[in-house]
Amino acid sequence: MNLVFDPAWLPRLGQGVLLSVQLTAYCMGIGAVLGAVLGLVRVYGGGRWSPLYWAASAYVHFFRGTPLLVQLLGIYLGLPTVGILIGPFLAGLLAMTLNTAAYQAEYFRGAIQSVKSGQMMAARALGMSRGQAIGHVIMPQALRLIIPPWSNELIYMLKYSSIVSMTALRPETMDLFGVARSIASRNFRYFEVYILVALFYLAMVLILTVALRWVERRVRIPGLGTPGRGI
Amino acid sequence: MALLRVENLHKRYGHEEVLKGVTLTQEAGETKVVIGPSGTGKSTLLRCINRLTEPDQGQVWLEDLEITSRRSDINQIRAKIGFVFQDFNLFTHLTALDNVRLGLTKVRRMPRAAATDRAMAELDRVGLAAKAGAYPAQLSGGQQQRVSIARALAMDPKLILFDEPTSALDPELIGEVLSVMIQLARDGMTMIVVTHEMGFARSVADEIVFMEGGVVVEQGPPEQMFRSPQIPRTGEFLRKISELYGESS
Amino acid sequence: MNLSAWTEIAPHIPVLLRGILVNIELLLGLISLGLGVGVVTALVEVYGPRPLGWAAGAYTWFFRGVPEIVLLFLFYFGLSQFGVPVSAFFAAVLALGLRSSAYQAQIFRGALQSIPHGQMMAARALGLGRVKAIAYVILPQALRLSLAGWSNEFSSVLKDTTLAWGIGVVEVMRQASYIRARNFTLTLPIYITVALMFLVLTYVGNVAIGLAERRLRVPGLEGRR
Repeated sequence: MNLVFDPAWLPRLGQGVLLSVQLTAYCMGIGAVLGAVLGLVRVYGGGRWSPLYWAASAYVHFFRGTPLLVQLLGIYLGLPTVGILIGPFLAGLLAMTLNTAAYQAEYFRGAIQSVKSGQMMAARALGMSRGQAIGHVIMPQALRLIIPPWSNELIYMLKYSSIVSMTALRPETMDLFGVARSIASRNFRYFEVYILVALFYLAMVLILTVALRWVERRVRIPGLGTPGRGI
Repeated sequence: MALLRVENLHKRYGHEEVLKGVTLTQEAGETKVVIGPSGTGKSTLLRCINRLTEPDQGQVWLEDLEITSRRSDINQIRAKIGFVFQDFNLFTHLTALDNVRLGLTKVRRMPRAAATDRAMAELDRVGLAAKAGAYPAQLSGGQQQRVSIARALAMDPKLILFDEPTSALDPELIGEVLSVMIQLARDGMTMIVVTHEMGFARSVADEIVFMEGGVVVEQGPPEQMFRSPQIPRTGEFLRKISELYGESS
Repeated sequence: MNLSAWTEIAPHIPVLLRGILVNIELLLGLISLGLGVGVVTALVEVYGPRPLGWAAGAYTWFFRGVPEIVLLFLFYFGLSQFGVPVSAFFAAVLALGLRSSAYQAQIFRGALQSIPHGQMMAARALGLGRVKAIAYVILPQALRLSLAGWSNEFSSVLKDTTLAWGIGVVEVMRQASYIRARNFTLTLPIYITVALMFLVLTYVGNVAIGLAERRLRVPGLEGRR
C-alpha cells in the first residue's frame, strides 16, 4: 500500500476552504437574525394559538425534522420547476440558512427562557416597555447564554457545508469537499485525497473551537451562565 | 389630595380570590407597613398597584391619575413608582452602576454623564459607591438589595413599594438593608412596605395595615395596633410574629 | 405546482416507502454499531488506562470533526482503492455508525461521570470487582441517564441516512431522483413527500424513545439538566 500525496492539490483545496468558510459564515449570520426573530416569536409571540406563534413553530419543526439534503434538493431541483431559477451556490446557501435558522431559533428560545423571570419584571417595574426590556435586559443576557450551543451549531454547519456540492459539481459550488471530489475523480487517489480533506476539516474545527472559547471567556460576566462546555 | 388611593381592588387566580376588595389611602411622606400571614395577598396588592399584576376589578389612583385606566401610559407611571423585590432582581449582566443607570438613560432619557453622576450619588446614599463596578453575583444579598433600592431611588419616585425586602436575606445582612430604609423613611420618602420586621414597623411606620384572607382586617398607628388592637385576631397575629421574628432592627 | 401533480404522487408512494425502508435498515445498522462502539469507547475513556483513554479521545475527536459525507466517501471509495470489496450499504453503515459511536460515546461519558462516586465505592465495598461493579451498578444507571441525549442522536442520524445517496445506496433520495427523472414536474411534491415521511419517522421514533424512558424510569434516578 503506497500512498501518494501531491502538493499541487493544496492551492485548489485552499480555494475550497474559502468557499466553505464563506457559505458557513453567511448562513450562520443570516440564520442568527432569523433564528433570533423566530425564537422571540416563540417566546413572546402571544399564546399557543396566536397565528404568529403557530407559524414560527411549524417552521422550526419542519426544518428540524427533515434532512438538510431533502431541503437542499427540494430547493435546487424543485424551485426551478415552479419557475424560480436558482443556482447551486444560492440554493446551497438558502438551504443551509433556512435549516440553521430553525436550530438557532431553538437555542434562542432556550436562552431567552433561561433568563430569570424576575429580570423582565424588574425592567417593567422601572417603566420600560416590553420591547425595551427585551432589548436592554433579556437579549444581552440571552446572547451570552447562547454562545456554547451556537458554537456547536457553527461547527455543525461548517461540516454540513460539505453537502452543497452534492447538487452539481460546478466551479461555483466547489467547496472544500467539492474540490476533493473533483481531484479524486481524476487521479483515483480517493483515500489520500479524502483523508487530507478530513484533516482540513479537523483543523478548521479546532481553530473555531479555540476562537469561540476565547470569545466566550471575553464576554463572560460573573453569575451569568456556566463556564463553556467542551465541543 | 392623597398621593395614592386604592379602591376596592379584586384579584383572582383561577378559583382562588387573593384580593377581595382592598381599599387604602396613602399620604405623601407616609410610611405604611403591611403585615399579615403569608398567602393573604400582600405581594399581589403591591403588584396590582403598579400593574405588574393586572387587577380584575377596582381602581388605583396616583394623585389625579388613574393607574388602572386603560388609557394611561403604564410605563410612565411605573417610572414614578419604585419597586423593591424580595429577591432583588438586579440585572444579572450589568454592574451595580449600570443597574442604577439603566432606568435613567433608557426610561428617563437622561444624558449619560448626568445619569452616571446621579447613579453614583444614589449608590453613595446606600453606602455602596465603592462597589459601583461589581456585578450582582459579586455582591452579598444585603448589598444587592441596597443596590436595588438605589435603582428605585434614582428614578425620583413619588413612592416606593417594598415587597418583603429582607425575607431572602441571611439574618446578619438584614440590618444593613433596614437601616437604609429607616433613613429613607426619616427623610420623608413615601413608602409601602410589606414585611415581617416588627421592629421596623414599630419604629418608623406611620400606619400598620393588617391583611388576612384578601381583605384589610385592621389598620392604625403602631402604638394602637400593638397595645390595643380593636380586633382580637390582630393582637394574636402581632404576638406570634413578634415572637418569631423578634424586634431587632 | 398544481393540484394534479399532487394526485400523480400517489402511485409513487410505494416506491418511496421501499426507499425509506432502506433508510430504516441503515439507521438500525448504524445506531447499533454506534451503540456498541460508543459504550466501549466511553468506558475506556472513563475507566481505561491513560494511553488507551487518550486513544479513545482522539478517536471520538476525529469522527466528530469530519463531515459525514467525507467519511462516507472515505470508507466507500477509499477502501475500494485498496481492493477491499465493500458494498455502498456496508460502507454507509460503517462510516455513519462510527461517526455516531463518537457522539454516543460522548453522551455515555457524560452519563458515567454524573453518577455519584459513592455508587462505585458501595459496589466495591460489597466485594464486587471493578468490572462487575461497572457492569451491574454503573452501566445500568448510565444507560438510563443517557436516553435523553440518545433521542437527540437518534433523530440526527435518522436524517443523515439520506447522505448515503451520495455513494449510490438505493434509499429514498435515490428513489426520489428516479421518479423525478421520469417526470420532472413532480420534483417539488416528491421532495415534500419525502420530508413529511421523515417528520413522521422522527415523531414515531421520539414517541417510542419516550415510552422506553418511562418504562425504564427508576425513582430518584433522573438526568440532571
